[in-house]
Amino acid sequence: MVTLGHYLVVSGALFALGLAGVIARRNILIIYMCLEMMLSAANLTLVAFSRFHLVDHLPDYGAQALVFFTITVAAAEVAVGLAIIVALFRSRQSVDVDSITKLQG
Amino acid sequence: MPSFIFYLFALVTLGFGLLVVTARNPVTSALSLASSFVGLAALFISLDAYFIGIIQILVYAGAVMVLFLFIIMLMDIKAEEGKKTNNGALVGGCLLAVLLVLQVIMVSGAFHGERTVAELDTTAAIGKAAGTELPTIANDLREGSLPDTKLMGYALFDRYGFHLQVVGLLLLVGTVGVVMLSKRDTAAKEAGN
Repeated sequence: MVTLGHYLVVSGALFALGLAGVIARRNILIIYMCLEMMLSAANLTLVAFSRFHLVDHLPDYGAQALVFFTITVAAAEVAVGLAIIVALFRSRQSVDVDSITKLQG
Repeated sequence: MPSFIFYLFALVTLGFGLLVVTARNPVTSALSLASSFVGLAALFISLDAYFIGIIQILVYAGAVMVLFLFIIMLMDIKAEEGKKTNNGALVGGCLLAVLLVLQVIMVSGAFHGERTVAELDTTAAIGKAAGTELPTIANDLREGSLPDTKLMGYALFDRYGFHLQVVGLLLLVGTVGVVMLSKRDTAAKEAGN
């Protein structure tokens, strides 16, 4: 049967995939997608703990409310981040993070 | 819950997640991420979190991924073919990911002996858990179903009412910020002319 450990392993693997993408890829849009993936992996952990930690025979809805807020903040973050990426693309004509070296010493 | 459904959707989530990282074309990555989020929503639903699962599909697989696809099409990004990959970052990223997975597996081994996803004893929750004194929630619980959305709404509007309004304000600020960021700087151009 499926235990809490199974969900945690799936969540950890998803987070690791996102982390590998953020480090290895150079396209800023794909880096951003991998960040979203890592956020979702954390959400899966929260929901799994909410379901396995029963409060008065019901799932812990405090954790699910936190997931709700995370999703909302992530949506706002995506909107702002993509606007910044579009502004960056307008000035550089590139989405390669290696080409952004203005702050490099 | 039959465990093969869990393995199926875990495979969908992780497989499409791998495709997001490895695909050369950004459109393929974005569509894979949407599919991965659908698999993740199924995992949420398998944890009896129906509301969060539907929100995941509506907000992530719907709104956020459409935004990503819009931006990708708008910028007309070519697939990065023939470009050399950054070998140091590639090896470092994979190594770090493998180490993290190993660590997670070792830590979560402590949870293997714990209980599995079992049927909820809904009638036992009536009158004890927060919000179950409401007649509509109590009726659903008495019938043996989990009124997930009603309980979620109770938690959001009762315990976290203030936080909900702060998040609404955040969305407003985010909207204003996006408008300011994507506005072309016409005033500066006119001053230059």
